[in-house]
Amino acid sequence: MSSFFLAITVCVVLLTLVILYRVAVGKTVFDRIIAGNMVGTNGIVLLLLVGILFNRMDMFIDIAIAYALLNFIFVIAVAKYFDHRKAEKS
Amino acid sequence: MAVNSVVIALVVSGVFFMAVSAIAMLRFPDFYTRSHAMGKADTLGLVLLMAGLGIYSWELSSLKLLFVMVFIMIANPTATHAIVKAALKSGLPIWTRKEAGSDGREGI
Repeated sequence: MSSFFLAITVCVVLLTLVILYRVAVGKTVFDRIIAGNMVGTNGIVLLLLVGILFNRMDMFIDIAIAYALLNFIFVIAVAKYFDHRKAEKS
Repeated sequence: MAVNSVVIALVVSGVFFMAVSAIAMLRFPDFYTRSHAMGKADTLGLVLLMAGLGIYSWELSSLKLLFVMVFIMIANPTATHAIVKAALKSGLPIWTRKEAGSDGREGI
């Protein structure tokens, strides 16, 4: 079972690398923001999977909760910042 | 053994939806279409995967995992809505098939 979770962890890391390409290339600023948010959500999943692999689940769940909250706050803050500011066409 | 098969089914479907949203992030031509991928497919993949993990490690901590699942189901679409509204208000052009090439390859 743990080798199965190891394979799943490798898959999720590869998906994160795919999304990091969009973060790097993203034509507009907003692409980078949502790609960053997706990297964050993949980070939560990675945290939980590592928690399963090291079977210290209760510690990693707290980190995942904190990270999920921070990730959400980040996007809301950036959205509020861009609300009144005219985004220049990049 | 049945529990493991349920866990494997949930986790694999979760990773499938996350793969779908990752590929969509590359192939979609425009910011607004990409935010669909993030708001919906990624959230579903995350929730399925966390459900699988919660069932696998069946202890008190999976209650906290349930909280994270409910929070993600609420937070992710809200964040997507906020960022898309900000993008729309700050004048990000919307991609349409007419202005793009015949196959609509070059996106924004």
